[in-house]
Amino acid sequence: MTLDARIGLRLGSLDLRVELRAHAHEVVALLGPNGAGKSTILRCLAGLEPVGDGRISIDGVAVDDPAAGVFAEPEARPIGFVFQDYVLFEHLTVLENIAYGLRARGVAKVEARRRSHDWLDRLDLADFAHQRPQVLSGGQAQRVALARALVTNPRLLLLDEPLAALDARTRASVRRDLRDHLASFDGMRLMVTHDPVDAHALADRMIVVEAGRIVQSGTPADVTAHPRTRYVADLVGVNLVTGVVADGVLTTQTGARVVIADAVDGPTLATIRPHSVLIGRGDGVASSARNSWRGTIVDIDRLGERVRLVIEGELPLTAEITAAAFGELDLRRGDDVHASVKATDIEVAPA
Amino acid sequence: MRAVAFAVAASLVVSCGSDDRATGDAVDVTVFAAASLTAAFTEIGDAFMAANPGAEVRFNFAGSSELAAQIGEGAPADVYASADVANMAELVAAGAAATDPVVFATNAAAIIVESDNPEGINDVGDLADDDLVVVQCALEVPCGAYATEILANAGVDVTPKSYEANVNAVVTKITLGEADAGIVYRTDVLATGDAADGVVLPDDINVLAEYPIVVTESSPDPAGARAFVEAVRGAAGRDILESYGFGTP
Amino acid sequence: MSRRRRRVELPIPALLLAGTAVAFFALPLVGLLWRAPWSNAWAYLTDDTAVTALRLSMLTSLCATALSIAFGVPLAWLLARVDFPGRGAVRALCLLSMVLPPVVGGVALFFALGRRGLVGQYLDEWFGITLPFTTAGVVVAQTFVAMPFLVITVEAALRQLDPRLEDASRTLGGSGWYTFRRVTLPAIRPALTAGAVLAWARALGEFGATITFAGNFPGTTQTMPLAVYLSLETNPEEAIVLALVMITVSFLVLLALRDRWFGAATRAATVAT
Repeated sequence: MTLDARIGLRLGSLDLRVELRAHAHEVVALLGPNGAGKSTILRCLAGLEPVGDGRISIDGVAVDDPAAGVFAEPEARPIGFVFQDYVLFEHLTVLENIAYGLRARGVAKVEARRRSHDWLDRLDLADFAHQRPQVLSGGQAQRVALARALVTNPRLLLLDEPLAALDARTRASVRRDLRDHLASFDGMRLMVTHDPVDAHALADRMIVVEAGRIVQSGTPADVTAHPRTRYVADLVGVNLVTGVVADGVLTTQTGARVVIADAVDGPTLATIRPHSVLIGRGDGVASSARNSWRGTIVDIDRLGERVRLVIEGELPLTAEITAAAFGELDLRRGDDVHASVKATDIEVAPA
Repeated sequence: MRAVAFAVAASLVVSCGSDDRATGDAVDVTVFAAASLTAAFTEIGDAFMAANPGAEVRFNFAGSSELAAQIGEGAPADVYASADVANMAELVAAGAAATDPVVFATNAAAIIVESDNPEGINDVGDLADDDLVVVQCALEVPCGAYATEILANAGVDVTPKSYEANVNAVVTKITLGEADAGIVYRTDVLATGDAADGVVLPDDINVLAEYPIVVTESSPDPAGARAFVEAVRGAAGRDILESYGFGTP
Repeated sequence: MSRRRRRVELPIPALLLAGTAVAFFALPLVGLLWRAPWSNAWAYLTDDTAVTALRLSMLTSLCATALSIAFGVPLAWLLARVDFPGRGAVRALCLLSMVLPPVVGGVALFFALGRRGLVGQYLDEWFGITLPFTTAGVVVAQTFVAMPFLVITVEAALRQLDPRLEDASRTLGGSGWYTFRRVTLPAIRPALTAGAVLAWARALGEFGATITFAGNFPGTTQTMPLAVYLSLETNPEEAIVLALVMITVSFLVLLALRDRWFGAATRAATVAT
């Protein structure tokens, strides 16, 4: 199962020119600043926006090919779309919402309801079957929107900022659910987000779009280690550490300890920005940093006046220091270093 | 602030309805006249205003019964000229007339047809053809009553396609080509010029409408009203009326 | 259990203006009721003229409303959704009859659909269809003046609609028509209801265009307003009774329309969060 897209489009002030591919075995996240064109890409793939020039094909079948005069309407494409804010039909019940795609494609009412009920049971929302979407909480609505999109067994699942409308606490649980649902879905999955934490947590591959062009594509580790633009470096290439917090200390699966400043408990996602990581040679120097880990430099990447260092060790981290500092420390691959971070520089969120 | 706004709004409403009639001794007459008198009376009015500088004559032309009803409800008319004696009699009976009604003109009825008479209508009997689109005034207006009387006199059974609200509406249907024939006044036929033609009705079946005129009881300017009535009945007025096809007693 | 509702206060000057407005609307009705000849009322009500005119009025106004919906909704859709050159001019053209004096509208209809009209002459020659002086002509005249009310209401609602609702339906497999039926129409139902009611009311009360274009003949083209106008000439009492009948019927219909059919337009269009 493949998605092959070449999109050239002018929309208002946006000049979009991208080329991307997706396969069924990976979750792809589209990231980028506002106005970069990521939602537009999604709309083009869905058929809600025709490409100016280019070609989109799903599983080898062209759905949008201006040169050949081919354009498949959204209803003819094997897609599922989860909108930001979910866009549930308020005049229909939750069950009818989920059944909508089936009924639209001609499935008999009884059968459609049965399959929708199955989904509701799976989502643990059976009680809401005959209620209106207005009574649902944010997290519940998101699940219904997802179910509505998946019930028709699409080949390509498109999600537009699926977690944006949620508060931090809900986002954590919904993110977990979403990861499970995405994992159990066997089609292609493409997600737009502006939150790097979501991208790191959910995606296998990230595609970063800036001003209508793809600036980088790669796994989260790649992107963090070798950011190609300032935006990628600052917003996308971050360290994501997962673990369980108890008494102000986060312990990862491998046993590394991270002292944090916020009062959270239980499963937690900690974000450490590379530029917050201090690098020191040798056995460490007394400092206010509560966190200090030993490691070895395995990769060095220079981006302008900054240098990224990928460090393996107790706690794998990518650090970013100035070129000047790098020069002073005279660091090389294989060197032993200490990486330290202030507890207050670590952002935490429930996992 | 709000009080000011309210006062402004109130004064606007009052000024909207203000009467802009001339005050003082100048003649200011409002004449309610039957629709068929439109052209003739307008000319008489112009002559009157020319002969009496500073005088103001206003007209309200409509169906005679509609006008009578309006006067009955208190409309500010100085003079009332009706297209039939019946409406006038009702007005007098209601005590709305200040003077005795006087017949100042007569009007014979006539058949009106399209220009060049394409359907070849020559007399009342031709109107009985079901294929023809015949219109007449509604029975509630004098013209309609006359039309019914004429058809009865001639022993002709005609079902019109429409009963128009006033005589001008009948004429319009003919000049627009929507109807083949109608029964109106002779003056109406003449007024259309080339836009329509007429068929003369023989005297033995025809009716002669008598037009009475009166000064109203509620007239704000009785002197001016009387002056206007004199103008209508005077030599100049009669000439004008005759030029439009009215008969003068 | 007492219900605690926040009392909505209106400042005194606004209250006075609003009260004056209510009195302004109530006074003519009170005037009619005061002058009504109650002793003879029944005779007039059961009179052939009244019954025929009322039946014709209801029939034609409902037909005109149905036509207004059938043609007006697609037109509203076109004006709201399709961006084509000259759209503003087309909209102005379609709404023109709202500002045109009805009699002018009637005369204009003649020039278009009358016996010698632009299109009318062919209707007559080829199909033997004449519209003036027929009940169909009444419906045409009423539709001409009533449709813009529906178009303007529905177009506004369509514009306010979240386009993503229709996007969602289409990504789920709903064709254009399916989407319209199951998503768009339910969402604009309040506006459609309001527009239809306005159109019906306008059609029911239509006088100038009807009497000019369709004429006046009892049973065929004499609608209630025409009957009232003509009976005013000779029998004001009858006119009052007929007028009261019209008012009662209209009042009952408007009363029967529940608040909720007009409300919730914005709620239906907004999105679940």
